[in-house]
Amino acid sequence: MKHLSVLTAAFLAATPLMAKDSSDPIKLTLHDWSGQLITTTLMGEVLKKAGNNVEYLQADYIAQFAGLKTGDLHLAMEIWETTGREALDEAVGTGNVINMGETGMIAIEEWWYPAYMEERCPGLPDWKALNDCAQEFATAETAPLGRYLGAPVTWGGFDDERVEALGMDFEVVHAGTDAALFAELEAAYQRKDPIVLWVYAPHWALTKYEGSFVEFPPYSVECYNDPSVGMNVDAAYDCGKPTGPIWKAAWSGLPDQWPNAAKTIGNFNISNDDMSAMVADVDLNGKSVDDVVAAWMADNEATWQSWIAQ
Amino acid sequence: MSGFARHITRSRLFWAVLFLATWVLSQFSFQIYKALDARWIIRFPKKYQLNFDVVVGDFMDWLVNTANFWLFTFRDMTRAIAWVIEIPYQFLRNLLIEGFQTGIGDTAVQIMPSLSWIAVIGIVIAIGQFARDWSLAALSGTCFLYLAVFGQWESAMITLASVLVAVPIGAIGGLLLGILAYRVHWVELLLRPILDLMQTVPVFAYLVPILILFGFGPVAALVATVIYAMPPMIRVTIVALKGVPKELLEAGRMMGATQRQMTWKVLVPSATPTLMVGANQVIMLTLNMVIIASMIGAGGLGFDVLASLRRLDIGGGIEAGLAIVVMAIALDRTSQAFSERRMMHARSGTFLNRHPWTSATLVIVVGTFLLGLLIPAVQTYPEVLTISTGTFWSSTMEWINVNFFDTLDALKTMLLKGVLLPVKKFFVGIPWLWGIFVTGLIAWRIAGWKLGVIAALMMAFIAASGLWGKAMVTLYLCGVSVFIAVLIGTPLGIWAAQKPKAGRVILAVMDTLQTLPSFVYLIPVVMLFRVGDFSAMIAVVLYALAPAVRYAAHGIREVPPQLLEAGRMAGCTPRQLLWRVKLPLAMPQLLLGLNQTIMLALSMLVITALVGTRDLGQEVYIALTKANAGQGIVAGLSVAFIAIIADRIVHALSDTQKQRLGL
Repeated sequence: MKHLSVLTAAFLAATPLMAKDSSDPIKLTLHDWSGQLITTTLMGEVLKKAGNNVEYLQADYIAQFAGLKTGDLHLAMEIWETTGREALDEAVGTGNVINMGETGMIAIEEWWYPAYMEERCPGLPDWKALNDCAQEFATAETAPLGRYLGAPVTWGGFDDERVEALGMDFEVVHAGTDAALFAELEAAYQRKDPIVLWVYAPHWALTKYEGSFVEFPPYSVECYNDPSVGMNVDAAYDCGKPTGPIWKAAWSGLPDQWPNAAKTIGNFNISNDDMSAMVADVDLNGKSVDDVVAAWMADNEATWQSWIAQ
Repeated sequence: MSGFARHITRSRLFWAVLFLATWVLSQFSFQIYKALDARWIIRFPKKYQLNFDVVVGDFMDWLVNTANFWLFTFRDMTRAIAWVIEIPYQFLRNLLIEGFQTGIGDTAVQIMPSLSWIAVIGIVIAIGQFARDWSLAALSGTCFLYLAVFGQWESAMITLASVLVAVPIGAIGGLLLGILAYRVHWVELLLRPILDLMQTVPVFAYLVPILILFGFGPVAALVATVIYAMPPMIRVTIVALKGVPKELLEAGRMMGATQRQMTWKVLVPSATPTLMVGANQVIMLTLNMVIIASMIGAGGLGFDVLASLRRLDIGGGIEAGLAIVVMAIALDRTSQAFSERRMMHARSGTFLNRHPWTSATLVIVVGTFLLGLLIPAVQTYPEVLTISTGTFWSSTMEWINVNFFDTLDALKTMLLKGVLLPVKKFFVGIPWLWGIFVTGLIAWRIAGWKLGVIAALMMAFIAASGLWGKAMVTLYLCGVSVFIAVLIGTPLGIWAAQKPKAGRVILAVMDTLQTLPSFVYLIPVVMLFRVGDFSAMIAVVLYALAPAVRYAAHGIREVPPQLLEAGRMAGCTPRQLLWRVKLPLAMPQLLLGLNQTIMLALSMLVITALVGTRDLGQEVYIALTKANAGQGIVAGLSVAFIAIIADRIVHALSDTQKQRLGL
């Protein structure tokens, strides 16, 4: 169904420059993590500057696709390649949702450990060194295996397969939610207890806690698809995780109703570093999302002005 | 007498043999499978698996996308309903927080600001005084002041707007359906299973279809809330109307009342106190839904709780969570006061004399409106004056975590190895075929052959949907949690009943635990006990404790005083009085408490999935995040079936006890 979005893009290019946007509000979705609130608020504020009306609506990350398909919702600003791709592809496949391109941010996901573990496990961040001190990470439930706290099962990630393929002495325990994942990290960090878990970026945790990602054999498409590639010739997933862009997704009617806004949305682009700084300001320094976004807009006027379609 | 004793032993023998057989089969199911080379013993064969989820999914697709009544589609109808609900909701939102304006975006012009915070508190105080007295007015005024002082005002008003729409719909809708069921017998028969499902199918299971049908946003959340909160009102209405004394009905008929007059002039007024209990339940359940509703666009306090906890701001989560609690307290006490309120004679005199409260409130509303134009602090509570617990809770948590983790961890390991894991092994090991048979057998033995057949069929549905393993994990987790909750809750309830002072504190704590969103304490629990079954168990116990305590207290208090007197005359010590008189007589109530504890434990399942359990709750949650309506509904039905079987069995036990006691 990729040609469909190409078609829309072609249609977009053909719209006369003077096309007027509808004065109806564009409905942007808000989720429950600060990074997404910032991205969405920034987009909304820029659209307001461009003369559009916007409305923010709270919606669940995956459930929102139902609303995007029917046109109840118009724009979702953060669909992660790593966790949302499946739902996005499915929605785009129906022809009612279009992919509005990358946000400029790159999602990273990998096993992560706090810095104080480097003393106890010499050789980190190499994964073999991690495996050699798996004992350090063992708990009553997992002993003699080490305990690795994985992401919620719905996020995928193939950690169970990875442990198997690389012959690691770890047991994968799945957290139920994002909040539970970082609650455990916070608790372990306070006690300086051993922990290795799934962390993703951009996220405030990387600003708050010192530590590094584990280095696995580098990811390749073949490694995931072809068992013979990689160090274990009989198994796939014997390598690290892929990184991927964070996408923008919109209701397919958006470019028709708000042609200029669609271009502005397409132009929206922001780096991981800018984003991380803003997220840290909100989550760690306790500033409000609106203030942080306003400050960024004041400092980077040229950047967001260039997004607005002329 | 000897016959009675023999009966007991025979019955005990039956249960002992049944348990032993189950235990042996569970322990050696794996060996049996290996010995007979019959894998179907432990796993339901894949090729016979019925794809209910696909069937249900297709049906939902059809309902949502193509079903039509010639002139309009099913979705048009639901969208129209959504549009109707949206009108009062938007009005309240404008009134309470957003203000009225015309135009949108840059061209918006404000016509009228929203009610000022002082005006809202004034109205709440006036209602409190009107409903009962000054102490209630002070209580609810303080509750709302908390919202302003702790900076929760804006979110709280959004939540209040949805509560003020959902509660009347739930209460009035429930009342009408209840009246219909009272009048028409087959409606009651039809409603009974539907009500069971509405109360036991986890909300997550039907969120996705609701979103599609009612559109994204607050209205869909309102609809889900009403579905969840209405059933108690219907049930209470039926019971209340059936409880209206015969003489009253007779009197009404003799006066020549029409059916309509009978309903509205005789039945409903005389049942009002009981009906208010139902309305009260609707309010509490509506507030219970605040968190889940915020996940699909209701916003408000629930959203604040979720967002705070995602950045591990425990203090922020507790403050927003407590805001839900104080709002529940204010609404609950006020509605209770209304239910106990006596009719008063109309006052006479001028409008001012007749309506002192309405007039005073009007003065406050208009006064703050005018003042608010000059002084913004009157309109909106000034941000500089808000206070916050800041890092207090996080620091406390850190202190506990650093100093007591090892002790808690040792305790946890002990309980895990001693109780949780063996029980889990027992349940998970039961071969599915035996499990179906044994459930039917238990139900038959306790509640008759009809329930036996139904229970066996329900368990077969679960097995045939390929959910047997997850259902057994569910049984184990709920079983252990309910056991612990009853173990802690019953003594607490007895204590509360014996010592009224301690009782007040205990019951207040229970109220808080029930209305405080479980997410608030789930995160600290995970910090101390890590992700896993143990954390899930603690969360379930905390949530399900309240009914065990309440029913125990209620049961002990309701023991007839003559019997206590008789006990004392016979020379019972207080201890004997408790064990020999009060407890046996309170048994039916204790069993009802057990029943409610089981129901609440099951309804917490979806929340436990958030800390990584692998039960039916997780199945429902996965279905939600993948927007798979069929999978969600099948898993939700499985939870509901377990709940229904448990409910019927415990009710039958309670009835037998009542008969034996001659109550």
